[in-house]
Amino acid sequence: MRPGRAPWSADEFLLLALGLAVAPHLFHLRPWVVPLVAVAGLWRWAVLRRRATAPGRLLLMAATVAVTVGVLLSHGTLFGRDAGVSLLTLLTGLKLLEARGRRDVLLLVFLGYFLVMTQFLFAQSVFLALFLVLAVLALTAALVGAHHPGGERCLAVHLRLAGKMLLQSLPLMVVLFVLFPRLPGPLWHMPADARSGMTGLSDEMSPGSISRLSQSDEVAFRVEFDGPRPKASALYWRGPVLWFFDGRRWKAGFGPRSDTLRYAALGPRTRYFVTLEPSNKPWLFALDLPAQAPPRARISSDFQVLAAAPVLSRLRYAMSSYLDYRTEALTALERRWGLGLPTGANPRAVALGRAWRQESGDPEAVVRRALRYFRDENFVYTLSPPLLPGPNPVDDFLFGSRRGFCEHYAGSFVVLMRAAGIPARVVTGYQGGEFNAFGGYLTVRQSDAHAWAEVWLEGRGWVRVDPTAAVSPSRVESGIAAALPAPDPIPGLLRRDSPWLQNLRLGWDFLNGGWNLWVLSYNQERQLQLLAGLGFGIVSWRELGLGLVAAVSALLGGFALFMLRPRRGGREDAPLRSYRRFCRKLARVGLERGEAEGPRDFAVRVAAQRPDLAVAAGEITALYIAARYGAGTEGGLRELRRRVAAFRP
Amino acid sequence: MARPFQAWLDARMPRGEEAVLTHRCVYILPTRQGLFFALVLVLLLIGSINYAIGLGFAFTFLLAGLGLVSMLHAYRNLAGLVLRPGKAEAVFAGQSALLRLRAESAVPRFALAAQVEGGQETVADIPAGGGELLLPFPAARRGVLRPGKLRLATGFPLGLFRAWSWAAPDLSCLVYPAPEEGNVPLPPGAGESAGGSRPRRVQDDFGGLREYRPGDSPRHVAWKAAARGERLLTKEFAGEAGRLLWLDWHDLAALDAEARLSRLTRWVLDADGAGLAYGLRLPGQEFGPAQGDAHRRACLAALALFGLEEGA
Repeated sequence: MRPGRAPWSADEFLLLALGLAVAPHLFHLRPWVVPLVAVAGLWRWAVLRRRATAPGRLLLMAATVAVTVGVLLSHGTLFGRDAGVSLLTLLTGLKLLEARGRRDVLLLVFLGYFLVMTQFLFAQSVFLALFLVLAVLALTAALVGAHHPGGERCLAVHLRLAGKMLLQSLPLMVVLFVLFPRLPGPLWHMPADARSGMTGLSDEMSPGSISRLSQSDEVAFRVEFDGPRPKASALYWRGPVLWFFDGRRWKAGFGPRSDTLRYAALGPRTRYFVTLEPSNKPWLFALDLPAQAPPRARISSDFQVLAAAPVLSRLRYAMSSYLDYRTEALTALERRWGLGLPTGANPRAVALGRAWRQESGDPEAVVRRALRYFRDENFVYTLSPPLLPGPNPVDDFLFGSRRGFCEHYAGSFVVLMRAAGIPARVVTGYQGGEFNAFGGYLTVRQSDAHAWAEVWLEGRGWVRVDPTAAVSPSRVESGIAAALPAPDPIPGLLRRDSPWLQNLRLGWDFLNGGWNLWVLSYNQERQLQLLAGLGFGIVSWRELGLGLVAAVSALLGGFALFMLRPRRGGREDAPLRSYRRFCRKLARVGLERGEAEGPRDFAVRVAAQRPDLAVAAGEITALYIAARYGAGTEGGLRELRRRVAAFRP
Repeated sequence: MARPFQAWLDARMPRGEEAVLTHRCVYILPTRQGLFFALVLVLLLIGSINYAIGLGFAFTFLLAGLGLVSMLHAYRNLAGLVLRPGKAEAVFAGQSALLRLRAESAVPRFALAAQVEGGQETVADIPAGGGELLLPFPAARRGVLRPGKLRLATGFPLGLFRAWSWAAPDLSCLVYPAPEEGNVPLPPGAGESAGGSRPRRVQDDFGGLREYRPGDSPRHVAWKAAARGERLLTKEFAGEAGRLLWLDWHDLAALDAEARLSRLTRWVLDADGAGLAYGLRLPGQEFGPAQGDAHRRACLAALALFGLEEGA
């Protein structure tokens, strides 16, 4: 024990630890919650410093009622994630104000551990985890302090011990994490707000919806290809297919379920794994066109891959696609949907489409004409298109502003096609992605969100047409950042920066991807995969449990052996250690010290057998005897060590 | 059922001049708080499963690991400790003896709660290299106090587990008879001289005042000064240092043995406090006449052990 100066009393330190555990909630809870807890903490601190008196029982009761009502008023409930965590946080603050005695300290530390846990309901980033490691360290040190009466000034000792114990529990954590049998899914219904704030494509598209999404550099999904990676221009990740147009907004329709996919593959199959971030939506993204549905998902007749339930946790699925395909004949329903236009809306666009069809009877020629129109007229691809609030936004875009993002081009293109009598639909999804050389995978972000069109041509089936590519070919070839004109504000991560910054970013993404895959979304499935990959084959729960117990016992046994290893008393035996070393050196040249031979006798024998060593051995023996049995000094011990080190028999 | 178990426990107990708390005699169990911690862990685990929080699992397992590791630390906090009985200062019967136990250890140990069966609990840290534990224990009777078993326990570091061990190091403390209270004047000095040829004159010349010491004769207390509210002072008389007196067991025939020992103890203290040369006569033993600490201790020890086996 090395009692140092204690700038913090044990109680103040606990306060700090709880502060660390609560602080990140500043970003998650209603803005009044954390400041209120901070006020309670400051009050407690003032009480500890004898600058204030603790609030009375009556005031505390009133405050308890007040914060409960406050939570009820601002959330409408006391249950659910936000309300529950707010209440727990606030009541912890109030508990601080009436804490006295060891029992309360223990309760507060356990509450602190709970508060750390509640953080993970809101965010699970690497940074948050690292920050909360500090909180756990401080809480644990406070717990150590609570069990060390008279140790008020040993804060550093407590911190060191807490850190040591946490380091020792790391391997146990890893073993438990990997081997503890994982149950799938929620045990009971989750509060509705547990999954708020997820971004992604929806079943609706209106001007501006995708360009808004493009501002987000959140990861949508990551893809590992099993085999060569397709070229960038083929990376169309199919999502919601939008059929219905009301003049402004496009809406999805789910094509009838089809058991057999109605298309013919014209090329090889591309296989890959997708790790999808939770989206709270049913779409599983796949390259055009998906070949088979993953488990618990289906493929609709318009080739959307739909999960049975909204994706609420990170999902990893194996997919395969045919990049070259020819779909079969149109059904009557598809024809009706694919030609539908709201009457009276966007008259100029409809007229233009009809005119093109009259110019040329060949639908393919009309498609080419439309693309030429986008390319040759003065259209601009931009992330910040003007708002088009009028009743005919397609007309306003085609003949007015001519500045638009992919949803403008895809939407107006489909309107033109339908007007020309060609069945067409809008497909939304993602285009491209960033290849990560560290991990050998492709990262697709929300900023890669894209909208394109499909037209149905006799003899070819549904054909993908990307009118955005006509305006800005680089959008499809090299991504959105390259495609945007210079003055356009390019959102954060989209910027193509210097190579090392880019490497840093890719490395970070790799780290994050691994974190997501192996920490955050490690589930029963991954557990079985991992164990199979390690060569254990299919393991039962029983085997998993036995393995777990064996591994934990082995680790604990190892620690126990290490911690309980026999130790020599500190300074006292240092001379003996040196002397033993001296004896070992002599033993190597055949001068073994007898079991019962005293150091002096041994020195005499050494001198007799090796007169050349007599002086050195005599001096060492004298130093040893002085250091071990006499009034040994630090200097004498050092001299002994030096002589033994220099001793060369 | 309990008896054979107790015998088994006792057989494992380290004892003697060097009691080593080996792995065999350190026991450990979770505390109530440890069970509460386990409940917290279960709640955290259920939360992690229900909300599918990957980091929640990691955190729960980190805490579980922490709990298990703390068990090892609690165990290590006791195991390997070497206990050597120390030399306790003698006390008078009725006082509390402060038994000394030297605890040797290469590593520091914290918050060790030591309690001799029947005594009070002391909590102390042992620094690396070793330290001393002071164990209060009531000294009821004169003689050599030999307390029974000693329990060492610790909840350090996290209080989730409590490790404990029983040991019976050779703790002992000499207990003098309780000095008799009340007005028991010293016997008049016999005419014998302290080895000199000239009989000493009893001198009553007032020599001065000194601080009161327990055992000073009340007759010599400066009561007037005490009544003025000053400290308790004792009057010293020149020449007393040379006075000689025998404290004789045989002179107290009216009292029973323990009362005689108690009276003699008081007299030894009074005589020593007054700076007199005195001798102590017990059946078969004679001390002095002499003066000084060593003599006083020898006399008191003889009184403590008189008639007891250990006195032989």
